[in-house]
Amino acid sequence: MRTKFASLIGALALLAGASSTFANEGGHAGWQREAGNEVANLPSLQRGARNFMSYCSGCHSLKYVRYSRVAEDLKISDKLRDELLVKPGAKATDYIVSSMPLADAQEWFGKPPPDLSLVARSRGNDWVFNFLTTFYADSASRQTGVNNLQLPGTAMPHVLASVQGVQTAVWENVEHKGEDGKAVVTTTFKEFAPGVAGAMTPEQFDEFARDTVNFLDYVSDPTQLERQGLGIWVVLFLLMFTGIAYMLKSEYWKDVR
Amino acid sequence: MGAATDTKGGGFRAWLNKRLPVDQFMADQLTGYYAPKNFNIWYFFGSLALLVFVMQIVTGIFVTMHYKVGEATAFNSVEYLVREVPYGWLLRTLHSTGASAFFIVVYLHMARALMYGSYKAPRELLWVIGMLIYFALMAEAFMGYVLPWGNMSFWGAQVIINIFNTIPVVGPDLVEWIRGDYAVADSTLNRFFSLHVIALPFVIALLILLHLVALRQVGSNNPDGIEIKENLGPDGKPKDGIPFHPYYTLKDIVGVGLFLTLFAIVVFFVPTFGGLFLEKPNFEPANPMSTPEHIAPTWYFTPYYAILRAIPDQRLGALAFALSVLAFVFLPWLDRAKNKSIRYRGLASKLLLGMFFVVFLVLMWLGLQPAEPLYVLMARICIPLYFAFFILLPFVSKADANGPVPDRVTYHAH
Repeated sequence: MRTKFASLIGALALLAGASSTFANEGGHAGWQREAGNEVANLPSLQRGARNFMSYCSGCHSLKYVRYSRVAEDLKISDKLRDELLVKPGAKATDYIVSSMPLADAQEWFGKPPPDLSLVARSRGNDWVFNFLTTFYADSASRQTGVNNLQLPGTAMPHVLASVQGVQTAVWENVEHKGEDGKAVVTTTFKEFAPGVAGAMTPEQFDEFARDTVNFLDYVSDPTQLERQGLGIWVVLFLLMFTGIAYMLKSEYWKDVR
Repeated sequence: MGAATDTKGGGFRAWLNKRLPVDQFMADQLTGYYAPKNFNIWYFFGSLALLVFVMQIVTGIFVTMHYKVGEATAFNSVEYLVREVPYGWLLRTLHSTGASAFFIVVYLHMARALMYGSYKAPRELLWVIGMLIYFALMAEAFMGYVLPWGNMSFWGAQVIINIFNTIPVVGPDLVEWIRGDYAVADSTLNRFFSLHVIALPFVIALLILLHLVALRQVGSNNPDGIEIKENLGPDGKPKDGIPFHPYYTLKDIVGVGLFLTLFAIVVFFVPTFGGLFLEKPNFEPANPMSTPEHIAPTWYFTPYYAILRAIPDQRLGALAFALSVLAFVFLPWLDRAKNKSIRYRGLASKLLLGMFFVVFLVLMWLGLQPAEPLYVLMARICIPLYFAFFILLPFVSKADANGPVPDRVTYHAH
């Protein structure tokens, strides 16, 4: 019986591991990278909060999140919170809403910038990381002059141009056989080339983007750290409970012949 | 019977037993109920299903205290619960993980019945009631899934309700009646809420009660498929039976401990389970203007969904979909073997059942994938195999080289 329990637990653990491949995650193009953020990294979260408030919060809201909650979870002092985090005119207990009037947003971008409270959960950390890092100069885009590999045709301008600079994309023609056997040429992305330089090196900018993703990861699921901390104790208790229950059961079952 | 009943004397227990047959019930249903002693790990899933049902009711009551039904409020109220209500995240995750756990447990419980022939006479009605529970559970889970009003909730509801559109003559009117509107909208959400928290839990509770009463009437099957009532000892009790309490109550508690450990690992460490238990598009509010990249129902519906999707003709697809779900009901009459348990059946029966399990899981996986040509082709290969199980079973079970069944159950004392 014990070996059967062990194999059952093993099978379920395998299933949990396989679940992410079981659920369709979509294919990964060669240029896509993993965000690699660690939500337990507090300094990174604090930098990410700063990045968000400086570069994103003008247009994007976090309408399910209060300033005070962010400050509390990220161990930001009340003084720094009021100076750096809370927008002028807002209270610490307010939700983080964008300062942009909806009608203006509609007129400027064609659609209002989405709320980002849950973007890391609905799109995934990697998606957000790749979105932030793959803006490139595109003269075909008459609205913003840039395009994005992760979200082609995005209405968002390259807000981070001052820090990242504006990179250019190198494309190549790849010949392959089409469905009817004839040669088809498709243009695919090859690599980025440096264009206009920004204030940061590419490595620094990756860290910048990673911190920002990390903050959005936390914001999308603010209880995740508390949850895991509590979870360890719950699982340990249940294992102990199961052990005792097993011993009690064995004691009684000795009589069964 | 009634030996344990204490109605004499002046104590509280006697007072109580005169008015409510507590001891009598314990004696009849627990200490005096004899179950086969050779249950294996597969026999945990019945009691676990009951446990999950109770958990869903309890967490559901508390989630309902915070949930605000309505197009404009539903999504926000769930986020409020998860983010701002103390331990709201725990309530919500217990409830959402519980839904998937319910189906895992029920599928394993059904697989057990298929392996050991537990649906065969005299347990046909027990099986049919069980299937009714399964159907009610599917409706309950589907409606619960719509309530958070995420984008996958919305579009999933759209797709599933539209299946009824294919019913001749009444289809379109029926769909409108179900939705309560010309599209999936506020009125749909409201009625799903009502059905999810009142009507279906009542139905399921009643069916579970009937399932248990029917089980007590015919007694449990066992891995050997032998009727222990046919082999009584001098005391009139089955030789291979042991009192349900304390033996199986204690053993089931071990199962509960194991189950809750795994359950807690999911709840606390992987609550979305890689997008299977809580799907990514459902973290966006319902948006009739924006369709998710690919719509798939939750994993427990996907075997049937893969069948529906792979058949080009909509009406035939819906028919195959309905048949694939309903076919289980007829198993007691499709299986014509004398032996119950797969242990004492021939190789052909073992292969047929094994194939069905594999096909079911492959279809489950396929239903989660986008409708790409390769996946659709694979589903089209699986569909005939799926139905072949039900069509071939009457012949294979009858003609197979079924081995002899032992007189007594196989049990090795620890």
